[in-house]
Formats: sequence, C-alpha cells, structure tokens
Amino acid sequence: MNTQDNSDVVEMRSISKGFNGVSVLKDVDFQVRKGEVHALAGGNGAGKSTLMKILQGVYHADAGDILISGKPVAINSIQDAKAAGIGMVFQEFSLVPSLTVAQNIFLAAEPLGRGLLIDDRTAVRKSRELFAEMEVDVDPRAEVSRLGTAYWQLTEIAKALSQNARVLIMDEPTASLARHESEALFELIDRLKKRGISIIYISHRMDEVYRLADRITILRDGRRLLTEPLTNVTPEQIVEGIVGKKIEGQLAYRARDHIIHDGAPLLEVRGLTAGRRVRDVSFTLRPGEILGLAGLMGSGRTELARALFGIDRVDDGEILIRGKKSSLASPQQAIDAGIALVPEDRRAQGLVLDHSVRENLLLPLLGKIRRGPLLDQGAGKELSSSLISKFAVKVAHPNRPVRLLSGGNQQKVVIAKWLGNDPDILILDEPTAGVDIGTKSEILDMIRDLASAGKAVIVISSEYPELLAVSDRVLVLKDGSVLRDIPRSEIADEEYLQLAVQGV
Amino acid sequence: MSKTTAISPGNTTEARRSFGTALKELDWRRYVIYIGFVVVFLFFAVLLRDQGFLSPNNLLNIFRQTATITVIAVGMTYVISCAEIDLSVGSVAGLSSVCTAMALSQWGLIPGILAGLAVGLLVGSINGALVSLLGIPSFLVTLGMLGIAAGTAQWITASAPQPILDDTFNTLFGSGNIGPVPGLIVWSAIFVAIGAVVLNRTRFGRQVLATGGNRTAAEFTGINTKKIKFQVLLISGAVASVAGMLYAGRLQSGRFQWGAGDELSAIAAVILGGTSLFGGAGTVIGTLFGALLIGLINNGLILAGLDASQQQVVRGAIIILAVALARKK
Ligand SMILES: Nc1ncnc2c1ncn2[C@@H]1O[C@H](COP(=O)(O)OP(=O)(O)OP(=O)(O)O)[C@@H](O)[C@H]1O
Ligand SMILES: [Mg+2]
Repeated sequence: MNTQDNSDVVEMRSISKGFNGVSVLKDVDFQVRKGEVHALAGGNGAGKSTLMKILQGVYHADAGDILISGKPVAINSIQDAKAAGIGMVFQEFSLVPSLTVAQNIFLAAEPLGRGLLIDDRTAVRKSRELFAEMEVDVDPRAEVSRLGTAYWQLTEIAKALSQNARVLIMDEPTASLARHESEALFELIDRLKKRGISIIYISHRMDEVYRLADRITILRDGRRLLTEPLTNVTPEQIVEGIVGKKIEGQLAYRARDHIIHDGAPLLEVRGLTAGRRVRDVSFTLRPGEILGLAGLMGSGRTELARALFGIDRVDDGEILIRGKKSSLASPQQAIDAGIALVPEDRRAQGLVLDHSVRENLLLPLLGKIRRGPLLDQGAGKELSSSLISKFAVKVAHPNRPVRLLSGGNQQKVVIAKWLGNDPDILILDEPTAGVDIGTKSEILDMIRDLASAGKAVIVISSEYPELLAVSDRVLVLKDGSVLRDIPRSEIADEEYLQLAVQGV
Repeated sequence: MSKTTAISPGNTTEARRSFGTALKELDWRRYVIYIGFVVVFLFFAVLLRDQGFLSPNNLLNIFRQTATITVIAVGMTYVISCAEIDLSVGSVAGLSSVCTAMALSQWGLIPGILAGLAVGLLVGSINGALVSLLGIPSFLVTLGMLGIAAGTAQWITASAPQPILDDTFNTLFGSGNIGPVPGLIVWSAIFVAIGAVVLNRTRFGRQVLATGGNRTAAEFTGINTKKIKFQVLLISGAVASVAGMLYAGRLQSGRFQWGAGDELSAIAAVILGGTSLFGGAGTVIGTLFGALLIGLINNGLILAGLDASQQQVVRGAIIILAVALARKK
C-alpha cells in the first residue's frame, strides 16, 4: 500500500495498549510521511489521544515498535520524544502563565550569556525569528497569562519548532479558537507543511479534515480501520467508518410544531445589561422552542448565558420566568427557577476531574437523594447508573475518575449531570465541542427531544451547520447587543447566517 | 499489564472484571497509611516487647496522647479537603483552654464551656470571613491568627497557668473514664465518627470536596463556595476549641502553651491519612490513622530510649517516607 516507505518520518507498528485490563489500542499501525498532514479520526474513546500520548512518551505501549525515519527508537519519556523530533501542541498546562512568551519558548533550554546567566535578550531575538518564520505576529515579551488561547497555541508551536520538531501533534487544536483564528492556524499549517514538517491532526470536524489533510487514518474501538489519501474516500465513508453505521440528515433542520405560542413565555428577558459584554438584550423564549445564539467570539454569547444563570451580576433589566419577575443572583437561585447551564469549558467549569463519574453526575442532584440528613447511597447509585446508560457514557465503572474518560464522554457527563435535574430552561454553551460525529447527532437529537417535551432550550455554537440544524430562531449578537432576531424559516443557508453575524 | 482480560468491543460500559484484575486495580497507595500503621506497629511490637509496648496500659496511653491531635485533625481534614489551610488551630486550643479556665473559676461550669466554644467560633468565623469575603489566602489569615490567638492567651493570663478545680469539668473533658475506656478516647471516637459520616454521606461533605476539587465547576453547579469555605474554617476553629478544653480537662488547668505546634502535627496526620494537600479528596478515617501513626511513633521512640532530639529526626524522616509512598504517580 505504501510505495514510499523510506519517506516515513514516523512509523508505529502493531501498537497495543490497555489500562487496568481494558484494552484501548489493539495492534494499531500508523505511519506519517515527511511533510504531510495526516488526519487521525475516530469516535470518542477510539484511542486517538492515547496513541499520540504513546508517541509523545507520556504512556508506554504494552506491545509494538516505534520507528523514526526508519530506525527503531525507544520512547520512554517526553524528553525521548523531543529528542526524536516529536513536538506536541498541548491545549493547556504546558505553558507557565506568569512567564513571557520568550521565556516559555526557551524554558529549560535558555540561551546562556556570559557567566552562565540567562540571556533573555537572545531568547527574545530568537523567538522573534521563530515567529517571523511562522509569519505570525506575536510579541515575545508579552506575559502569557495576558494572551488569548490562539497565542498560547502559537507559542506552543514556536516552542516545538525551537526544539527542531519534525512532527507536530495537534489534538483538537481549534476547539478553543474563533473562526478567523482557526483560519490563521490552517494557513500556518500549510506553511509548516511546505517546510517539510509533518503534522498529525486530530479533529472531529470534517470540514477541517478536508481543508488540511493529505491522508486520513480512522480508528474504531482501538483498531485501525483504514489509512487512505483523502482523495480516495468520501465524507460519507469517513462518517460511517467513525460511527460504525450510516447517519443521515443529522444536520438537517426539522420543523417542530411543538412551540406553545399561547400563554406566557417561559423566559422573557427585557433590556438585560450585565458587565460590559451584555447590553440591553431582550428576547422571549416559549416552551418547546430552541433559540440559537450566534455571534463572533467576544460578542457576549457566553456572558449572556452566565448572567441568566446568576453567575455574573445583572446591572440592569428584568428577567421574567413564567411571567414572574425573578432575581437570579446566584446559580442556586437560577437552578431553583428551573434553569440549567452546560458551560463551555468542561474541564474548568463543568467537572471536578479527580472525582468519579458518579460523584460528578450527582453533584447538582444531592438534594434529591437525601434520606434525613444523610445521602442515600443506593438511590445515588441508581440515579447515576440510569444517567450513564441514558446518555450512553462510555466508562468502565461509575467509580472511575472522570479525568480518565475521553473528551467526548466527559462532555456527555456534563450534559447528563444537568438533565438529571429536569430543568425547564436549558442553556447549552458549545455543547458539541470535542464530541464525535455520532455523539453529536445524538446530542442534537436530544436537544430536539427536550424541546418537543415542552422545555425551552438556548444553544450557543460557533458551528453554523449545527446551529441551523436545531434552532427555531437565531439571535445574532454583536458587541453584547442583539443585532438581529431571525426566525429559522428566513435563514436560507449557512452563508446567510454568516453574513448576518458579520453584520453585513 | 500486557495480559489483559478479554472484553468484547461492545461491552465496555460496565466491564465485568475478574478478581485478578480487581486486585491489580486496587490502588494500594490509597491504603498506604493502614499498611504503614500495621508495619510500624508490628515493628515496635517485636522490637520493644520487653519495654512493655504491647501492655494494655501503654496502648491506651497512645490513644490518650493522640486524642487532642485527632480531634483537631478531624477539623483540619475538612479545611484541607476544601483546598484551604488552618494554621491557627494550635493557638486556638491554647486560648480556649485559658478562657475556659478563667470563666470556669469566675462563673462556673456551663459558662466555662461556653467561653471555650465561643473562642473557637469567634476565631473560626473571623478566619472564614476574611478568607471567603475578602479573598485573602487562608495561609496568611490563619498565620496571622496564630499569633493573635497565642498572644492573647499569654496576655490575659500574664503567662500564668489557670488551675481548674471543677471536678465535673475535669472528669468530663479528659480526666475521667467511661467504664474501662478513657474519656479522651470516647471524645475522639465521637469526633471521628461524626466527621467521617458528614464528609462522606452528607450533601455538605460532597460540597466541601467539590469546592476543593474544582471551585469553578462547583460554582457552576450552584454551590455557594464562599459559604462552604467559611463553614470549614468555622468548623476547624470550633473543633480546635474543643481540643483546647480537652487539654484543660486532662491537665486540670488552662495554659497558653497548650496546643502550641499542634497545627503541624494535625496537618501531618491529615496528609499522612491520604487527604490531598491540594483539596478535593479527604478521608477522616485516614486522618485518625495518621494521628495514631504519629502517636505510635512518638511512643515507640520514647520507649526505645531515644532522646528528644533524636525523636524529632526519626519522626520527620518517617513522615517524609510515608508521604513519598502515598503520593500519586
Ligand atoms: N489513563 C487512563 N486510564 C484508564 N483509561 C484510560 C486512560 N486514558 C484513556 N483511557 C481510556 O482509553 C479510551 C481511549 O481514550 P482516548 O482519550 O485515547 O480517546 P480519543 O480517541 O482521544 O477520544 P476523544 O475523541 O473523545 O478525545 C477511553 O475509553 C478512555 O476512557
Ligand atoms: Mg482525545
């Protein structure tokens, strides 16, 4: 199948890996050629991240070999991987926020000047050169904590390049980027590719895979299903390969006639102003309705959700729930009023990572499983197990820390945890971030079902196809104010929405 | 790890696991405190059998001597689980012992006990308010409070011990027995039992752990984390004041030195017991064994004839060793 074996920079042969007796990777072969973008696809928990962590030296394979440029190497630590030319763009954690960009790039490899003192000026100059090569504009002297995620990523990439990485691993790099930032990243990837750097690209977004990748490898349940040039496979084949069955029309809008127009709206917002990002926002939400929030990054969508959930203080305006004026001064009050918020950042806001899946699921439900002053353990077990099976969370045991779950399954836990409370108004902020295509259509169906059952749903999403698939109405926000309030029937296609968002 | 139990791809949700894998999965690091306790106990039992280590009297003594630390450490478990620290507990115990003694001699038994408790509640709520409302790190607040409480205790007594002549008080708090069981042991048993149940089995306990594990996520879940932080520091102060009264009852006097340095022993007991120094995971039973292990070591070293300076060195080394073994990989 492979005619240019000699040009493989990385070759992983028959890799197997299990955790505590549950096998996660089975006999996986994976090759990356020089200067190619190789997409690694697969459902949540298929083993993509695990395979990459083996290449990075974070985990050690139970069986199998790794060859770099044809030579077998032992990668037992992150240092070994770096020495072999493998670089990783982590999402977080690997930069020190209190140091500058240049100090981070040369962390533990600081250029030394006279008298063995760190020569910060050389570090800054070299960082400038790196950024110039990457053709991006980043100030090496800026403190990392003051920069946005996009710059963190660029710093990570520069750091890897400074260590002469020949292969860069990017695990869902666009998850936290705005649209134009993603586009800038894609252009950078194109340039890196021209310089002969190989990129392993993990993403659940098909458009990105088609935009960037030369070849694709699909993993399913820890086995390699196929490796093909993208020109040889259709999107339908890829989706089917990932999910294991055909999915049709997941992103088609289905008009639902469940919206209850008579009677009081479930939620009415009048002239809501909160902080600097939410200004004079008004809208109504009826039972059975799904309202999409569209807007650029920084348009105030998340801030609106936070204000409605009582996290940010409301400075002005009124919130009426079932026609009654409500003050939502804390999340607890919002929860009592029947509101639930699935926050955008599951790791930071949605989960206690070191706690078990069960504990996380039960955290908002503790009031429900009380027997006298104590918690009813039996009821808790039952309730959490029913949520796990209802949402098909893939977990070996409810007692396992949620940290060990794959990204998509963590997201399911965040959603499930709120639905156990049976809220009337559900706010979902980027509910399908990091979720595989199969799960995504499950989540979208779930949103539709909830609305059909008479609940009101607000969905925030940067992915327009997804927004258009579920929303009955789209509220376009810009600079914290409502720019337009468009019924779904008036939105012809994605492009229409895109223009609306840009305020054209 | 390479030989794995076969699991069909579709059946990962509730994996059936054989006993062998279950054993392999058993996270022995979590139980290192119990293992350590048994090992140290057996070690001393063999080595010091001629010095009377195993005599019922000596064993009871170990319990009795660790009772106050145990009580303080139960409160500290809550504080540390919540990702905070309370350095003021030792001096709160001292201040509570003096206030109890002084109020007791002036106004009698009940006012004496109330005075002691009031000290803990007052200091605890000041700590809690500064931490949760002003957002000052608990390390700094309670470090300051350590000095304030200790200084106050010394000041109002002019450094003089305050004898307690009330037999009821002394019997109740530490000097008496219930049947064959020393009262101090009953006190620590009560605190450990309540502490363990509340942390594991109540809504409040869960909320403490969630706040310590990820404060933002806890907030997003509707938990008032400021209130939780306030409450754990309040509990810690109140519990420390009870420990102060136990000192007063056992030693039949209130004195500013009682409890001095106990904050460090309590923190060591909590961490040895397996509570995470970074919050989010805590075990009161572990804390009990942590305190007992420290008591065991103290007792064994004394019986072995080591002098005070040697004891300190060995004790420090054992604590570091135990924590090193228990740390997460
Ligand atoms: N350290 C670990 N201990 C136990 N199980 C683990 C560990 N890391 C991963 N797993 C399990 O291995 C499986 C594969 O996880 P992995 O993170 O590689 O999936 P993924 O393909 O990256 O999924 P996603 O698209 O959701 O990120 C999952 O079922 C996960 O629960
Ligand atoms: Mg992953």
